[in-house]
Amino acid sequence: MKLLVLIGNVPDTTTKIKFNADRTAFDASGVQWIINPWDELALTRAMELKETTGGAVETITVANVGRQETEATLRKALAIGADKAIRVDADVRDAFYVANQLAQVCKGYDLIFAGIEASDYNGAAVGGMLAELLGIQSVSAVSSVQIEGGKLHLIREIDGGSQSVSVATPAMAIVQKGIAKEPRIPAMRGIMMARSKPLEVVQPVDTEIRVSFESFELPPAKAACKKFSEEQGKELMHALREEAKVL
Amino acid sequence: MSVLIYTENQDGKFKKVSFELASYGAALAKQMGTEATAVSLGQVEEAELQKLGTYGISKVLNVADQRFALLDNQAMAKAIAAAAAKTASKVVVLAHNNLGKAVASRLSVKLQAGLVTAAQGLPSSLSPFKVSKVVFTGKSIGHVLIHTDMKVLTLSYNSFGVAESPVSLVVESFDPGMTDSDFALTVEQTQKVTGKILLSEAEIVVAGGRGMKGPENWGAIEELAEILGAGTACSRPVSDEGWRPHSEHVGQTGKMIAPNLYFAFGISGAIQHLGGVSSSKVIVAVNKDPEAPIFEAADYGIVGDAMKVLPQMIEAAKELKA
Ligand SMILES: Cc1cc2nc3c(=O)[nH]c(=O)nc-3n(C[C@H](O)[C@H](O)[C@H](O)COP(=O)(O)OP(=O)(O)OC[C@H]3O[C@@H](n4cnc5c(N)ncnc54)[C@H](O)[C@@H]3O)c2cc1C
Ligand SMILES: Nc1ncnc2c1ncn2[C@@H]1O[C@H](COP(=O)(O)O)[C@@H](O)[C@H]1O
Repeated sequence: MKLLVLIGNVPDTTTKIKFNADRTAFDASGVQWIINPWDELALTRAMELKETTGGAVETITVANVGRQETEATLRKALAIGADKAIRVDADVRDAFYVANQLAQVCKGYDLIFAGIEASDYNGAAVGGMLAELLGIQSVSAVSSVQIEGGKLHLIREIDGGSQSVSVATPAMAIVQKGIAKEPRIPAMRGIMMARSKPLEVVQPVDTEIRVSFESFELPPAKAACKKFSEEQGKELMHALREEAKVL
Repeated sequence: MSVLIYTENQDGKFKKVSFELASYGAALAKQMGTEATAVSLGQVEEAELQKLGTYGISKVLNVADQRFALLDNQAMAKAIAAAAAKTASKVVVLAHNNLGKAVASRLSVKLQAGLVTAAQGLPSSLSPFKVSKVVFTGKSIGHVLIHTDMKVLTLSYNSFGVAESPVSLVVESFDPGMTDSDFALTVEQTQKVTGKILLSEAEIVVAGGRGMKGPENWGAIEELAEILGAGTACSRPVSDEGWRPHSEHVGQTGKMIAPNLYFAFGISGAIQHLGGVSSSKVIVAVNKDPEAPIFEAADYGIVGDAMKVLPQMIEAAKELKA
């Protein structure tokens, strides 16, 4: 089986969000970039599958749409253990733009992993769009992936519970937390090996831009917290009813 | 022309979110000078279907096909696309939850539509079509333009609310032309937590963090939640430790929630946690540490021991609900 893991490149989760002067774009100065947390877990799970399924997994490829700056993130994915990386050399426009680029380079894989959402613009869209463009099945909110007899056995979260499902390959697993316990960190040997692994750069295809951000704003500042003493639990509850009117 | 909403159901009944979507669809249709229609997939009781009229839906395409209970995303996208064509809809609205997100992304490709997920409220302008959405996990709001003729939105829960505007409703059975090969997913087993309030639809959420010390102390959290009719949630380390199920984890790498009232007991308020809960209308924090960042996000707070405060709150909740 050939596995593909999509890799989003996002600001570190502790980043303080700021915008340019006219608030039309994210200000990326001083930002640390990381592999989108779910993609990191997906890659970890792909590695586990390769190691534990007795040769059922032949290769793990990682793919990203982004400019050269994102190569550090792809190299990290190679250092974690992916065999090969593909980068479509383009600015990220909207989710459809990204999905359409990926659709050109993501043919012929048996299992594709996407994250449930990227922690920057919270699109939650690329995985489903790509599956539709490729005409393959997608299962979302997946927290477990097993390969058995060429079939995929997945656990997905549904409202109010979870469900075990199976699908034939090729298929897309859109993953959330639980898919792997802890993300792997690259070991020294992995970092050395990553340098000589193939990283293919592909030119983008023309794609219509369907949505765009006009501007951004920060949420309004909160009023100061109203404090009660440790003995005033009841008073606080009464304030929630009488003052805040939420009880 | 019309606005189409996809109404989710479970066990023959609409989920609560469907009525918010219906209210939103009706308001959006009014803004656009058109009609609001709905599509329902799977078996839903007649009396339930009728309820949509109360929220301003004038027509529902009812696809009473058992197979949709599989929640096969590909099949659902196909059926909703067929309903959009049938009703000549320009805008299709789904819920911003696990199912809605998974289906909306596929649907937008089928309809060649621009997609905005986690939309907040009605568009601020129709031409160009401009709507706001959550970005950076609640740390910011973005104003998005959709450039395509067809549009698909997923609506953030509790961002619009439920509003009655009764109209007469026509229920029309609809055949989207599904074949067996459209349903490629096999469901092997379903585990349902019955009787619990869905976290994604809860108006009140009671959450605990590592400051609760261990799973044995969750009784008080569950009791308070039970009395208030609230959902329960937790911080990431709590679900990582296995004290609580993953489905309760809220924050940047868990669920984003926006209830009317959020209680945080023994939660420090790390930036990744706040991202998932900061859209809550009112936040209450109980924490031993006066410097805990949660107090910067909270509206009401107690610096103190959660184990001491919880019993008082439970008492008060009993009195208030009596
Ligand atoms: C990539 C990434 C993603 C993350 N995503 C998430 C996420 O989605 N959600 C999330 O929650 N976290 C997330 N985190 C983790 C986050 O950074 C924090 O570590 C976590 O939120 C802390 O959880 P906590 O507040 O329960 O525990 P702690 O930080 O240990 O805080 C416990 C708090 O309890 C208080 N306390 C102790 N005893 C008592 C008592 N008896 N009564 C009252 N208060 C008491 C303490 O003062 C303290 O403030 C993420 C981290 C990373 C790096
Ligand atoms: N620029 C990108 N390159 C590769 N994969 C991406 C990119 N953007 C998003 N993805 C994938 O799609 C998932 C969901 O992203 P999004 O739809 O942007 O929220 C991410 O977790 C990645 O797996």
